[in-house]
Amino acid sequence: MRCAVIQFAGSSGDGDCFHVCKNILNKAVEFVFYKESFAPEDFDLIILPGGASHGDYLRPGALAARSKVMKSVIEAAKAKKLVLGIGNGFQILLEVGLLPGAVLMNKGLKFFCDDVFVRVENPDTPFTALYKKGEIIRMPLACKYGNYYADGETIKGLKADNKIVFSYCDEKGNSTFESNPTGSIENIAGIVNSEGNVLGLMPHPERCAEELLGNTDGLRIFESVVRYIEGGKANGRS
Amino acid sequence: MYTVRVYIYYKSGVLDPQSGAIKATLSDLGFDQIHDVETGRFYSLKIDAPNISSAQAIANELCEKLLTNPVIEDYEFEIMEA
Repeated sequence: MRCAVIQFAGSSGDGDCFHVCKNILNKAVEFVFYKESFAPEDFDLIILPGGASHGDYLRPGALAARSKVMKSVIEAAKAKKLVLGIGNGFQILLEVGLLPGAVLMNKGLKFFCDDVFVRVENPDTPFTALYKKGEIIRMPLACKYGNYYADGETIKGLKADNKIVFSYCDEKGNSTFESNPTGSIENIAGIVNSEGNVLGLMPHPERCAEELLGNTDGLRIFESVVRYIEGGKANGRS
Repeated sequence: MYTVRVYIYYKSGVLDPQSGAIKATLSDLGFDQIHDVETGRFYSLKIDAPNISSAQAIANELCEKLLTNPVIEDYEFEIMEA
């Protein structure tokens, strides 16, 4: 299994993602700069890391979405390669249209930086197969623009097709206004595309993927991917 | 050469938490007559084009390709000879 971590100007989660792939998963991993391109067959997993790419100028993810490397990411996504967008990486996936919707400023108008609880709504994706449906996990969230928005039709479609993968909740699993620091519609914390091979989420699983950090709740996202790729299910499953 | 002034604002129905906060502060300052606040962004561009209709076409295209996100934003622009 080969992993790519895309580096945009201003990415800051790239090092953590690289570390998880290399030292926790023990997989081959390369950085790909945003001015470069690659072929779909070059990588099995492509990670768009967090950190305000291109200064969040214009809109979060807007400039990164139009950079050269994203043409390769789109090609890879079309070829059913796995694409994981974390934080700003999620915003880039929205801006480039690989996932539906957009983000607005958090309801509290502040950069939010703390652990949050999310409920696993859909364990039937390449990224979440090692979680149980309804499982409550804790991950760090760090963003100012995490307030996911989409029009009514889009939300209806996401719900009907079970494409909401993570949603904010309290420690006991209740979806409340207070447990959602971003104000996102339906408490959405992460969604997957209709084919199931592109996941975007606001919380940071790569920051809770080893014992040393005191929390390993995010590790199973990466381990699910490994199992999916190396378990021979890399083709034909949505 | 034409100057294009682009105004971008949220589509109706898109929650803009900033405008709510601004309205609340205006109210704290005694501006009780303020009923609605909208926020948005503004860009000014200089466009090399042979005539105004071609400048308008370029402006429309760049608004749709980059300056706005059609999921949440609408835009309008005014155009004048620079």
